[in-house]
Amino acid sequence: MKSRHKRLVLVGGGLVAVIAAVALVLSAFRQNLVFFFTPTQVVAKEAPTGRSFRIGGLVETGSVQRDAGGVTVRFVVTDTAHEIPVVFSGPLPDLFREGKGVVADGKLDTEGVFRASQVLAKHDENYMPPEAQHAVDQAQKAAQTVKP
Amino acid sequence: MLRRYWPLAAFIVLLLMLAAGLRLNPRELPSALIDKPAPDFRLTLLDAPDRAMSRDDMAGQVWVLNVWASWCVACRQEHPVLLDLARSGEVNLYGLNYKDERPTAQGWLERHGNPYRASLFDGDGRLGIDLGVYGVPETFVIDRQGRIRYKHVGPLTPEIVRERLLPAVRAL
Amino acid sequence: MIPEFGQLALIVAFCLALLQGVLPLWGAARGDARLMAVARPAAHGQFVFTALAIGCLGYAFLAHDFSVIYVASNSNSALPWEYRMSAVWGSHEGSLLLWAFLLSLWTVAVTVFSRSLPQLLLSRALGVLGLVSAGFLSFLLFTSNPFLRLLPPAPDGRDLNPLLQDPGMIFHPPLLYMGYVGFSVAFAFALAALLGGRLDAAWARWSRPWTLAAWVFLTLGIALGSFWAYYELGWGGWWFWDPVENASFMPWLTGTALVHSLAVTEKRGGFKNWTLLLAITTFSLSLLGTFLVRSGVLTSVHAFATDPRRGLFILVLLALVVGGSLLVYSVRAPRMEAGGRFGLLSRESMLLANNVALAVVAGSVLLGTLYPLAMDVLGLGKLSVGAPYFDTVFLPLMAPVVFLMAVAPFVRWKGDGAGRVARQLVWAAILGAVAAAAILALVANAGWRSALGAFLAVWIVAAAIRHLAQRVRAGAPGAGLATRLRRLPLAYWGMWLAHLGVAVFIIGVTGTRSLESQSDVRLAPGETATLGEHAFRLAELRQVQGPNYSATRARVEVSREGKPVAVLEPEKRMYHVQRMPMTEADIDYGFMRHVYVALGEPVDDRSWILRLYVKPLVGWIWGGCLLMALGGLAGAADRRYRLRPAAAPRAASTGSAAPPASPAGAAARV
Repeated sequence: MKSRHKRLVLVGGGLVAVIAAVALVLSAFRQNLVFFFTPTQVVAKEAPTGRSFRIGGLVETGSVQRDAGGVTVRFVVTDTAHEIPVVFSGPLPDLFREGKGVVADGKLDTEGVFRASQVLAKHDENYMPPEAQHAVDQAQKAAQTVKP
Repeated sequence: MLRRYWPLAAFIVLLLMLAAGLRLNPRELPSALIDKPAPDFRLTLLDAPDRAMSRDDMAGQVWVLNVWASWCVACRQEHPVLLDLARSGEVNLYGLNYKDERPTAQGWLERHGNPYRASLFDGDGRLGIDLGVYGVPETFVIDRQGRIRYKHVGPLTPEIVRERLLPAVRAL
Repeated sequence: MIPEFGQLALIVAFCLALLQGVLPLWGAARGDARLMAVARPAAHGQFVFTALAIGCLGYAFLAHDFSVIYVASNSNSALPWEYRMSAVWGSHEGSLLLWAFLLSLWTVAVTVFSRSLPQLLLSRALGVLGLVSAGFLSFLLFTSNPFLRLLPPAPDGRDLNPLLQDPGMIFHPPLLYMGYVGFSVAFAFALAALLGGRLDAAWARWSRPWTLAAWVFLTLGIALGSFWAYYELGWGGWWFWDPVENASFMPWLTGTALVHSLAVTEKRGGFKNWTLLLAITTFSLSLLGTFLVRSGVLTSVHAFATDPRRGLFILVLLALVVGGSLLVYSVRAPRMEAGGRFGLLSRESMLLANNVALAVVAGSVLLGTLYPLAMDVLGLGKLSVGAPYFDTVFLPLMAPVVFLMAVAPFVRWKGDGAGRVARQLVWAAILGAVAAAAILALVANAGWRSALGAFLAVWIVAAAIRHLAQRVRAGAPGAGLATRLRRLPLAYWGMWLAHLGVAVFIIGVTGTRSLESQSDVRLAPGETATLGEHAFRLAELRQVQGPNYSATRARVEVSREGKPVAVLEPEKRMYHVQRMPMTEADIDYGFMRHVYVALGEPVDDRSWILRLYVKPLVGWIWGGCLLMALGGLAGAADRRYRLRPAAAPRAASTGSAAPPASPAGAAARV
């Protein structure tokens, strides 16, 4: 091969590889975006079914229940306007508490129950996860525009 | 060759995005509650567990509500500012004692001075949630109709009092 | 008095940093040797005063000086002394002070170990370091002063975040920051070369050990952080693709690319622009990491206590440092790529592929990390990019890099025959394929990922052994095996160990992924749960008191086929001051597997939820990282970097990346 051809092969091969990599990144990207919805949006059927998304809000006080085995836990997430029942299997994070902010990843099942694959209650005692705060803010904004 | 300017161009785009991202910081966002009626509440006073106060008791006057707690270090930092503010007599300063215990909170005020006309006691943090409190301290200005007109997150400084809080109170 | 003293020391250090930043650069531009000579004493003075400042803060912590806000917010009279020391960098202000201190430490190291550098280059590099340092010190002084007083003093402190009250957290931040900050040296050398317009093999030889040293620290820092997450966050994961983890991983990726690209610049004079750009990018990503963590624009476990004013300041700093350096690059980068030509299959093309792939991976991590922010900015909704994205992207992009990693050492510079290279690797490929087939046949539910992991690990190890054997055979005739091994240059051992480390890491990841078993169970004292061959008996639960917490401690007796294996005592702690619960897992560390038990939460008066894991080979993940770091260390310690430039002729090129002496290679070295 002439060196010009070699160069062409090198550049062409590199280009193909990079394009393939970018295509891979972008397709993985589209499939793995986790959108965030507030309980109000979920109730309004804005959230997708059959696809993972993230909800946030407060854990309704008095709503946390464990089933007989003790491993599966049910609770209600609220943005003070609407409530979504959530089911989760496994140990809850250390900062999970009734009345506190929480964020959960998972899917909505056909009965409208949110099946969480992951529950997050990060940050320290005095701060809410920003997404949970966002949900509550939105709900309150909505409530106040509805009520005169 | 222009090719060598590509990294710089990419960086400028990134920089603009980060700058815009900073503006989204929750602390800078006006609260969803601004210009909305303050949540209704009925809480007992810190010093008098048998006396309660509600939003409507405050109707007809402009007042400032400062959320504080004895466990909060930043509150100690802003405390001298509050004492000065109270001494100036320009505002009706009320406290909201947030997620605290009565004896500790009372002791704290005795030690550091009490700038408040009265402090509401919010042991379980319910009003804090209604107010959308992120962290302590936070300060709200509430007008004669009971609407929240200004909110500050984090400790007050003399500059913030002078340039933001007092103008907000005087405008009402 | 002591805190004021620390504050004063910071101010003096800031002034010295300004001197060190401005005068030498000016002197270099005007050719004034006296101005350039300021750099060294200014750097030494700056180091003394930042050390004093951090010492004062440490003293305030040890002496329980709760009149300092930072101490009152991050310490407590019941906090044990070792955590009072680590609390110095437990929060924003102190960690920045640590940053500035380490930067001056690196700067002093440059003045000590690079005496032989041309004065022009050295003063420019020190000047750049001085400017960066001045930026950080002003950030400290104007927005994040750790010495601010709290009057009257607090009776007691708010305590250190319980997550950070752990031995791992004493060492993780300094190591990580040593890595972040260390890349500033390569960055400064790159800018000095751009400003001076002189970029040659000698420049690459000076930059390489510094880059390797920073890379070693970053590798260790990331590994320790991952290990900490594994045992301290309580749920057995070791990498979460959390924005802050990504922030440390991106400079690691580009830093790894830089280490390899420097090899080409040193040996063949190629990839010059690319090397410069990588040096700038790596340090920029370190700064970006600091920005992301400290400004709170991204939500993450680490980003409590955010402050937009600080964010703005860091953003301006980022704009000046990165924007400025990229501008210098755009204007001054060499016009012509003067590197030699190379063939389709050559050491250069291998390293080029490595670089391109690592850059693409870093770019995809950057995309995943910043995309949520971009969407938020554009008002397109709140979303997050889940860990599955990173998992999906990372494996296919990294697999080719790892595959070529075993090939590259066999390939000659300039050009090589595919047949010759392939013949040497046949056995490694066969062994790898056998390993992959064995995994698929023997392990239930092993997927293609496990097979790929097994193939790659065996492929690397076999190729590495073969290459070592080849080098030994080519050694001095007549010498014994031990002598021949000893005579291999340290840089070669560095490459060999680091590549082997990657294989060990892959074994760890693959082993854990395909063989791990996990179960969440509810147990009351006296009850037993089984997980595979292991039985876990909850012997008792009791209350214990720590210095600043109280805890429920479980005693779990682990046995395997009736024989006792270990007694584990996981705890659920409640820290008094911050009223924050913490899960403390307990782990039986075995060479071949870890047995991991964490206490979940109480279900009723008697029973608790426990999470049980048996994680085969998981320790190899961090073992591999240690090997990589050890390799980097060996590479940085190679003789040829210690020789004076005049005494280091090109004969020293029997280093890591050099092939066994070959006519083609020899001819290529001009």
